[in-house]
Amino acid sequence: MSALKIKKGSNKHSAYNLRPDFSDVTERHTIAVLVDNEPGVLARVIGLFAGRGYNIESLTVAEVDHSGRMSRITIVTTGTPQVIEQIKAQLGRIVPVHEVHDLTVEGASVERELALFKVAGTGDKRVEALRLADIFRANVVDSTLESFVFEMTGTPEKIDAFAELMRPLGLVDVARTGVAALSRGT
Amino acid sequence: MVVQALKDQGVEVVFGYPGGAVLPIYDEIFQQNDIRHVLVRHEQGAVHAAEGYARSTGKPGVVLVTSGPGATNAVTGLTDALLDSIPLVVLSGQVPTFLIGNDAFQEADTVGITRPCTKHNWLAKDPGALSTIIHEAFHVATSGRPGPVLVDIPKDVQFASGTYTPPSKVKVSHYQPPVKGDMEAITELVEAIEKAKRPVFYTGGGVINSGPGASQLLRELVDATGFPITSTLMGLGAYPASGDGWLGMLGMHGLYEANMAMHDCDLMINIGARFDDRITGLVSAFSPHSKKAHIDIDPSSINKVIRVDIPIVGDVGHVLEDILKVWKARGRKTDKAGLQSWWAKIEDWKKIDCLKFKQEGKIIKPQYALQRLEELTKGMDRYITTEVGQHQMWAAQYLGFEDPNRWMTSGGLGTMGYGLPASVGVQMAHPDALVVNVAGEASWLMNMQEMGTAVQFRLPVKQFILNNERLGMVRQWQELLHGERYSHSWSEALPDFVKLAEAFGAKGIKVDDAADLDDAIAEMLAYDGPVIMDVLVEKHENCFPMIPSGEPHNKMLLGEASTKDAIGSAGAALV
Repeated sequence: MSALKIKKGSNKHSAYNLRPDFSDVTERHTIAVLVDNEPGVLARVIGLFAGRGYNIESLTVAEVDHSGRMSRITIVTTGTPQVIEQIKAQLGRIVPVHEVHDLTVEGASVERELALFKVAGTGDKRVEALRLADIFRANVVDSTLESFVFEMTGTPEKIDAFAELMRPLGLVDVARTGVAALSRGT
Repeated sequence: MVVQALKDQGVEVVFGYPGGAVLPIYDEIFQQNDIRHVLVRHEQGAVHAAEGYARSTGKPGVVLVTSGPGATNAVTGLTDALLDSIPLVVLSGQVPTFLIGNDAFQEADTVGITRPCTKHNWLAKDPGALSTIIHEAFHVATSGRPGPVLVDIPKDVQFASGTYTPPSKVKVSHYQPPVKGDMEAITELVEAIEKAKRPVFYTGGGVINSGPGASQLLRELVDATGFPITSTLMGLGAYPASGDGWLGMLGMHGLYEANMAMHDCDLMINIGARFDDRITGLVSAFSPHSKKAHIDIDPSSINKVIRVDIPIVGDVGHVLEDILKVWKARGRKTDKAGLQSWWAKIEDWKKIDCLKFKQEGKIIKPQYALQRLEELTKGMDRYITTEVGQHQMWAAQYLGFEDPNRWMTSGGLGTMGYGLPASVGVQMAHPDALVVNVAGEASWLMNMQEMGTAVQFRLPVKQFILNNERLGMVRQWQELLHGERYSHSWSEALPDFVKLAEAFGAKGIKVDDAADLDDAIAEMLAYDGPVIMDVLVEKHENCFPMIPSGEPHNKMLLGEASTKDAIGSAGAALV
């Protein structure tokens, strides 16, 4: 009996190809997760994103309450509204997770990132790099006769812009911490 | 200390297998009589046995395995329990702390390997914290949506002495999933119940997990409203198969009337089910005209697959109690006229009689074998486990379940080899009950070593093997979807199951004539010990009804008498 008459090569008959017709507009969200600072907790969070196919644009983690042994993980992710809801619900299921906050929807928030830029060059390029660094309020934290290391704090956009400007001036390396974020007000 | 913690958690049975890294715990087990230890033949069997124990009692199942291969063999069982939300506490041995990371003998990163297949896991490096961790493990396994947890215990920690913390002294865990549903949403649902013209309850394993009280409340609600009810594979028995509202199972191999009711309803009340892909079929055409309510203890289940109108996060038992309270207080209203014409429509669908089959002649139809098993064991104190495949679906279709916790099957993961060890676990929990594992010969062979466990512990489990010498479900899909190219879906060189039974010290029965079936089943039931019953069935029977994947509920394929003729030469060449 070949009741189904499915064309060869078609994957229509696989249940795994059935997709819900949710909105496919992608949004960027910053999510703060308060967790017990115990071994493996970061692996649980990252494993969740990898295992379920979610995106990570940036991720930062550090202990924020030593006596309570609590860490704060800040994740910047992208996805459809339905995926973002799933991400938050899935994060909430992890046993050592205490709180999940979507800073993008829970009112205004501030986001900052720290970056280090190594710029190598001599002559005019070197002078121009220093001048731009001044405009961007970047600090020089290391200097040789052929290079600078600038330190800068700002929004991810500001850091992107500075990196673009430094590229023709001899940008060698960039190190970024990823986003740290807090909601505004009390 | 480990054994003391298990005793204080009320553990009576542990399923396990010893090895180098758990010898200190086994030494403790040797020196006490409160906890019984069941020696399995393979660690996967231990986990499935514990699942059967847990599913049939409502208590967490406990497993003890050694490091390395002991732990990796447990992974399939852990994943199975995670997908079906079965509470398990697995204790694994680990190499001593000072050897961790050294590629020591029988070392594996157990916590790393099992992280995605447990609800939570711990590496207990500090002897002082060991008892606290074990108590927390039981708390996590059984709270909220239940699931498997694992505690990895290095051998030096097992040897060390530390202060024991009894459960009463353990600091209250921050992990406390809420159980009460939002009253506003519950009231909204009650309003919908009052107005619905074509309602249907769609229930799942969450009702069973919530405890017998939840099943009781469900029965009360269904019977009081007069609404029809269908259930997933995992939820069978929460509402009795003999109940007035019962439509039978839904889903890919669910009953015609159940799936049609899902498709045409105007109010769908999902209680403890999760819109699995074997249930929904084509998501975009899933029940297009209904308002949908979803009661689930896990917020991540809500809006994951199907967008619902009334989400209620909470424990099924608590939420059902509140629904009943509000509904009664508002005057027990339903749309009687609407319901009457809805039931008339359902009765029309029932007339299709989607499970009909013809038993003709000598060759046993698998459906007939299950129908006779049902007839001859009905009313007995009966527990059913299954393997995975066609026989599993037929068992769900043709056996009736009157009570929760009587049906143990691998739903989410679909683990072949689940049924035999699960039956061992169920029989441990219910020594005087009838425990039948409805199996296919291919699944059964995957964990057949556990027959040794059944014989050693005098567990009279009945292995009811529907033997079609095929991987029946795979064969069916190849027939329907892959141009009848039967790639590696038949079983060659099968053992003689009667001799195999005798080799294990059990009883073997073989039956290949429909006329002898009743006597053979009676012989199986009468034997006081484990039995392997080899039922040779029709080799090319397909499991219907079937929603072909990629189709909505109303496009079911029904069984056809012509199937046999339509097999064609390609199929016949295999015989």
